Amino acid sequence: MVFGFLMLLSCQLVGELLVTFFEVPIPGSVVGMLLLLIGLIVAGRVPDGLRLSSEGLLSVLPLLLVPAGVGLMTHFGVLSEYWGQLLIALFMSTLITMFIVAGILKLLSKEKFEEGRE
Amino acid sequence: MWQHFQVFPVLWLVVTLAVFLLASWINAKAGKTPFLHPVLVSLSLIIVVLKVTETEYTTYMEGGRYIHLLLGPAVVALAVPLYDNLATVKKLLVPLLVGCVSGAVIASASAIAIGAWFGLNDQILLTLAPKSVTSPIAIAIAEKVGGYPSLAAGLVLITGAMGCLIAPLVYKVLRIKDESVKGFVLGVGAHAMGTAYAFEYGMVAGAFGGLAMGMTGAFTAFMLPLLIPIIGL
Repeated sequence: MVFGFLMLLSCQLVGELLVTFFEVPIPGSVVGMLLLLIGLIVAGRVPDGLRLSSEGLLSVLPLLLVPAGVGLMTHFGVLSEYWGQLLIALFMSTLITMFIVAGILKLLSKEKFEEGRE
Repeated sequence: MWQHFQVFPVLWLVVTLAVFLLASWINAKAGKTPFLHPVLVSLSLIIVVLKVTETEYTTYMEGGRYIHLLLGPAVVALAVPLYDNLATVKKLLVPLLVGCVSGAVIASASAIAIGAWFGLNDQILLTLAPKSVTSPIAIAIAEKVGGYPSLAAGLVLITGAMGCLIAPLVYKVLRIKDESVKGFVLGVGAHAMGTAYAFEYGMVAGAFGGLAMGMTGAFTAFMLPLLIPIIGL
């Protein structure tokens, strides 16, 4: 468990260092995720301690989002001014995205997806 | 008396955990509808508590930041489910990559384009851009590219709820029956909430949803910093 946490935090730390060093506007945690993924591919398996802490963290992921979400209260000004436009933009954009992705996957992968199921 | 009490960080940790449990219970009672998602219900209730007690957000975050801090390692932890699904990714590499890349680009570009058409300012457009990405990554992206992280979190949640509403309609119009395609579309367009909804179609749909969510999130984090200068924000 502690070992798993150490791995997760170390990957994040190296990620943060890399994005700071190369001055790229990519979240350090996302770089850390890719580093861990590469590490797992090289190792060929997920260590027990890492699986324990990862699944523990991911099982409470919704809770972890709450404090940032409460910050919405500092944006009531923006929201009251633009809520209509924001809702329409979100709805239209999600509709377009889902239609196109579903269409592409349908065209591209009919038989392949059947294989991939098992 | 209250002034003394509200500065205890532990108070806000207790409030956050208690409200979250209450919100999860309400969501379960309401048949797990995405419109009463535990995160949406929790943040609404906590905002009401803070407004009623005249507590500033910064005071709340004295406690809340200990929870917020765990988002970073949680994003790193997303590598584990991605690794678990690696065999599927290898088998379906081309369709999954094309689906993920086109979905991520279209989701961000269309949100920015529609927002710009409405005349929204640059900072709001930058906040809209990661709206289809899972919240922990979207918050991190908004922090990095100069949007409003908290507003991004809210927009992501609303997108998730909308995606769950839109998806069945898309399947009907395009006559999509394949469970894995259904799951993947939900994961690309509606992140974790879409993935949770995909599990209603079955385990395969849920696994593909999680896969799509992870791939789209990682790809968007790398793509947006490149896309933003191109469109001149």
